[in-house]
Amino acid sequence: MASKPIPAEHDAKAHAHPTEMTYIKIAIILAIITVIEVAIYYIESASSILVPALVILSAIKFITVVGYFMHLKFDDRMLAGIFGSALAVSLAVFIGMWVITHYDAVEIFVGYLTAG
Amino acid sequence: MAQAVHATQAHGGMGQDAGHGEAEHSHSATGINSRKLLMWLFLASDCMFFGALIATYMIYRNRDATMGDAWKGPYPSELIDIPFTSVSAFVLLMSSLTMVLALAALQKNDIRGSRIWLFATSVLGMTFLGGQFFEFTEFHHEGLSLQTNLFGSTFFTLTGFHGLHVGIGVIWLVTLLFVSLRGGLLQKDSMSLEIAGLYWHFVDIVWIVIFTLVYLVPYPELSSGEHASRLLNIGRLALGNFF
Repeated sequence: MASKPIPAEHDAKAHAHPTEMTYIKIAIILAIITVIEVAIYYIESASSILVPALVILSAIKFITVVGYFMHLKFDDRMLAGIFGSALAVSLAVFIGMWVITHYDAVEIFVGYLTAG
Repeated sequence: MAQAVHATQAHGGMGQDAGHGEAEHSHSATGINSRKLLMWLFLASDCMFFGALIATYMIYRNRDATMGDAWKGPYPSELIDIPFTSVSAFVLLMSSLTMVLALAALQKNDIRGSRIWLFATSVLGMTFLGGQFFEFTEFHHEGLSLQTNLFGSTFFTLTGFHGLHVGIGVIWLVTLLFVSLRGGLLQKDSMSLEIAGLYWHFVDIVWIVIFTLVYLVPYPELSSGEHASRLLNIGRLALGNFF
């Protein structure tokens, strides 16, 4: 396979991608984060911070995969805008559904705010 | 002539377009490769799809726990196997690495390397699917089905759709591997592998969210009194059905 490299179909706005070694380092970091996630699940003393810690760690993993493995960090910003918009809509749907199904909690919260 | 062809290729027109002199059409008006742009638009729509499924799961999460004796089927805390699912999550995470290494190899014209990594990604994807099949079978044997309770409905819908996506991804990867073995996936076609890679990584990030919210965020444990009450209730239901 020592043929002369042929220019591939490329993206005019894409920038240089990370090297293989960078990908391996990122994968190791992701694996370590996964181990931490599972470890804190079993640590009883961490139960009070378990949910926020898990959400933060999974958000780091999510952003790392999207940024490096999916190359969004190096690609055109429009792609990040498209995907970010979809994420924002998903989050809005979740918040909207939560407000509808937890109306009592919202009412108490608003009552607390207005009473003050 | 050769220079003209090379110039056409260098401007982004490869694969089918290159032979027809329509190279410029592989780029959209934005300057982004049109196939890549289309894939990102699809992933954005799929993101909202999974967003809705995850939101539904989270809204109904633990809602059954307030039902007391009216609860049917096993509790999530009795079913969820964290060590097993952690291995599955790790397998899918590593498949993202092998996928990106397959692409890097193809972009460097290392065809053999791209095949090896593509094969590894397919095997890891199949391993994940096998794990999910085993988990679903176990849950079913424990008495949880799509109709049993809210947990069963939302769990199987969410993880089932994710599994379907993984299955489609595996078929896509295996197809690309066969195309590569037949000499149809060369350096100039790396965009085809990059697009498949985008889909595969998306499947991985969805699992990152599912693994945290569905598996790791703890479910309420049953007290011994609740256990006894549930057993009594199941017994009543069984006798009622019998007579």
